[in-house]
Amino acid sequence: MRAFDYTRPGAVDAAIATHARANSAYLAGGTTLLDLAKINIMQPDQVVDINGLGLDRIERLKDGRVQVGALVTNTALARHELIETHYPVLSQALLSGASTQLRNKATTAGNVMQRVRCPYFRDGTSPCNKRDPGSGCAAIGGVNRETFAVLGTSDQCIAAHPSDMCVAMAAIGATVSVMGPNGPRDIPFDAFHLLPGTSPAREHALEPDELITHVTLDAPPGGARSGYLKLRDRASYQFALASCAAQLSVEGGVIRAPRIALGGVATKPWRATDAERMLDGKVPSRALFEQAASAAFNGATAYEHNAFKIPLGRHAIIAELGALTGLETMQEVS
Amino acid sequence: MVDTTPATAVQHADPAATPRLHDVELTINGQTHHLSIEPNVVLLDALRERLGLTGAKKGCDHGQCGACTVLVDGRSMNSCLMLASMADGCDITTVEGLAKPDGTLHPVQQAFLEHDAYQCGYCTAGQMMSATAILNDPSIERTDASIKDAMSGNICRCGAYKNIHDAIKTADARLNGGE
Repeated sequence: MRAFDYTRPGAVDAAIATHARANSAYLAGGTTLLDLAKINIMQPDQVVDINGLGLDRIERLKDGRVQVGALVTNTALARHELIETHYPVLSQALLSGASTQLRNKATTAGNVMQRVRCPYFRDGTSPCNKRDPGSGCAAIGGVNRETFAVLGTSDQCIAAHPSDMCVAMAAIGATVSVMGPNGPRDIPFDAFHLLPGTSPAREHALEPDELITHVTLDAPPGGARSGYLKLRDRASYQFALASCAAQLSVEGGVIRAPRIALGGVATKPWRATDAERMLDGKVPSRALFEQAASAAFNGATAYEHNAFKIPLGRHAIIAELGALTGLETMQEVS
Repeated sequence: MVDTTPATAVQHADPAATPRLHDVELTINGQTHHLSIEPNVVLLDALRERLGLTGAKKGCDHGQCGACTVLVDGRSMNSCLMLASMADGCDITTVEGLAKPDGTLHPVQQAFLEHDAYQCGYCTAGQMMSATAILNDPSIERTDASIKDAMSGNICRCGAYKNIHDAIKTADARLNGGE
């Protein structure tokens, strides 16, 4: 692995100041950074280890929201009583991702910051506008199946966002709190990850040297139920081909406060707001779920090898809505 | 044990830019080691190249295969994706630390032996470390599906999965009174 300097500051301010002094990367769990540093895709001259900053707590705020420290591991978050009780969608999404060993090391902020799994991005030589702006995109017209999106793509980049956790957070609603040279600020979760557009190298809303300190989950509405359905090529330790995170309540026989987010099919954790609007206040039915699922993929762009993700993603929505509302939908899927 | 020899040489574009060494204290299998090590040395390389603990294997070197799995403060982790510096002050268990000092095998090792839960053996240390962590973790259900899911970060290219799974069930029965 390439050589770099290593520092482990004891305070957030010191970490940010140290980070600003060189071509740096923050080191949390290291499961993305070290993986990519070994193949020269990430090339820091200095890594700033933030494991000494005490950002590893989960606490319920007075307003009912739950604040998750940047360094809470994926395992600790998934198994925390508050998460298992109030946000099953998040617990399920976390446990569906990666492997036991990776979840034990990977962190909440690191998961938010994880990089795409596009093989052309990772190979270091193919044209890739994300790695080498202006060089082109080998995936468009290449082998673009598992890790490629049909929503939110551009003619510059079609890599799918790889996270399960982030899809659940998009469905729950969350705020990313960051600290930087100019102080703290909050970024709505939906605004944190950026569409590739004409600048796929810019993946998120962080300014230089800013550090995620915690992610705060919105309080779920009363009576909310939630769940995560992940469809993939094998049963474990595989990225999603399509996934659906959903949270809703059913009151007086109608759906209230529906929230739906999709993974594996989009270039960022994808809120299906058109589908949500269609579901709100309606009586659950198979026909309604089909309409909402179709709306979620309006405007989708299929590429040569991933067109199957559009019906697969629709069926993920229909099946998850069925599971949450008690309607049997799977047997009717054609 | 104090080891003050320089860390294994790594690639440097500019030798003058060699980063400074970093002092770490690692407790491995109950024994404390002090190393002065280059910042880019991963825990796996420190174990194998500096401390002669070659039980943990380098398979993919990217956290995909699990051959390098060790326990860090009781939890299974890929030692290839962790800087030795990050493990400063941690309590690490490698496969060399599973058996008792008198040579009595750990129940997981004994069960792997009885079930012939390996072929070439390259993944075996990692498999046993993951199995040990799972059997110490009450949050993992003792169903076939959940054990398989929890073990999915350990790849066996010989395909000894059935015997590995059977060995884990046997070890669970002996350690935890499972079926």
